[in-house]
Amino acid sequence: MCDTCGCNVTPGNAHLAHAPQPEGVTAVSVLRGLLSENDLQARHNRTHFDAHGVLAVNLMSSPGAGKTRLLEATIDALRDELRIAVIEGDLETENDAERVRAKGVAALQITTGTACHLDAHMVHDALHRLPLDGVDLVFIENVGNLVCPASFDLGQHRNVVLLSATEGDDKPAKYPVMFRGADLALLTKSDLLPVLDDFEPARAEAALRALASRAPLLTISARTGDGLEGWLAWLRGELRAERERLATHPPASPSHPHARPRARMLP
Amino acid sequence: MHELSVCQGMLAQVSEIARDHGARAASRIVVRVGPLSGVEPALLAQAFPLARAGTVAAEADLVVEPAPVRVRCERCGAETEAAANRLLCGACGDYRTTLTAGDELLLVSVELVREEEVMSAKR
Repeated sequence: MCDTCGCNVTPGNAHLAHAPQPEGVTAVSVLRGLLSENDLQARHNRTHFDAHGVLAVNLMSSPGAGKTRLLEATIDALRDELRIAVIEGDLETENDAERVRAKGVAALQITTGTACHLDAHMVHDALHRLPLDGVDLVFIENVGNLVCPASFDLGQHRNVVLLSATEGDDKPAKYPVMFRGADLALLTKSDLLPVLDDFEPARAEAALRALASRAPLLTISARTGDGLEGWLAWLRGELRAERERLATHPPASPSHPHARPRARMLP
Repeated sequence: MHELSVCQGMLAQVSEIARDHGARAASRIVVRVGPLSGVEPALLAQAFPLARAGTVAAEADLVVEPAPVRVRCERCGAETEAAANRLLCGACGDYRTTLTAGDELLLVSVELVREEEVMSAKR
C-alpha cells in the first residue's frame, strides 16, 4: 500500500474516505498506517542494515522460551563462520546482554522500563551505538511478550517466533497476530518433550497452519544441541538470500527519513 | 498494552495534518482497525481521552471502524470471511490462503475545524 498516489483507496474503504461531512467542517482523507511514524523509522533502520550487508533477525517469544539460550548456542556454533551482534530488549536488567557479551559478541541493551515491546525508534538509537562494520548477522532479542511486539516493525528482515515445550501447543491459536507474522517458528526446549505429556508438536503445527502460515516449524533444543543444525542452515540460507537481493538491488545510503506527502483534501 | 503509544502516534499525525491545513482543531478522527492488527479497538478508545489532552484533538471524537477478516484461497480462488485464528479457506478448507482484509491499522480521515470557523462560532 502506498501513501502517495491514492491507490490505498480501495473499494473496501472508499466509503470511509468519501463519507459525508457536517457543514463548517473540512474532512481530510488520510488512509495512512496508524503507525506510520514507526514504519518510516523501520524502513530507515532496514536501510542501515542493508548498507552494511547485515541480516537482521527479530527474535520474539513469551518470557522464558529460551531466546537468550538460543543466542548463546548460535554464537558458539557460528563463532568461526559469521560475525554476530545483538540488540537486547528488556524491561529492567542488563542480564541477557551480559550473557551474550560473555560469549565475546557485541551486545547493546535497550532497557524499556515498563514498555512491553521494542519500537523502531529504540532500535535506531541502538544502531547508532552498535558498530555494524564487518557484522553479518544482527539479532534483535525483543521483549518477552507474544502480543505487543507483533505490531511494531523494527526494520528487521526476518521474524522468528519461539514456542517452548513448556507452553501450550495451542499458543499459535491464542496469539495469531504474532505467529502469523513469523518467517520461522522454533519449537524450543524439545529435550523436555518426553516428560511433558500434554504438549503435542503436531497440534502446535496444526495451530500454526490454521493461520495460513507456511513458515517452517523446527524442533530444537539449545541445551542438547538437537535440531540446532536446521536452525543454522535456515540462518545461512536467509543471509545468502538477503545478500543476493542486495547484489541485484543495491541499497541506498541511510539518509534521514523524508517528509511524508501531505494528506489530500476531499473535493 | 501498546494502545496508548498507537494513540500517540495517531495524534502526532493528526496534529501534522491540522497544521498542514491551517486548522486549529480536529473534531472527528476515523480509524480502521482489523482484528489481526494487534490493536484492540476497545483499549484504543479507552486510551484516546488520555492521549488527546492538550493536542489539537482535545475535543475530538474517535470513531473506530471495525474490519472483517477475509482470505482468498490460492487453491480454489474463493474469497471468504475467516476467524482471526483460523485463516483457512471457507470453501475448500485449504491453508494456502492470502489475507485480503483484517490486519488494517489505518488512519482513515480527520475532520478539521478551521481557524475562521472557530472564530465565527465564538462570535
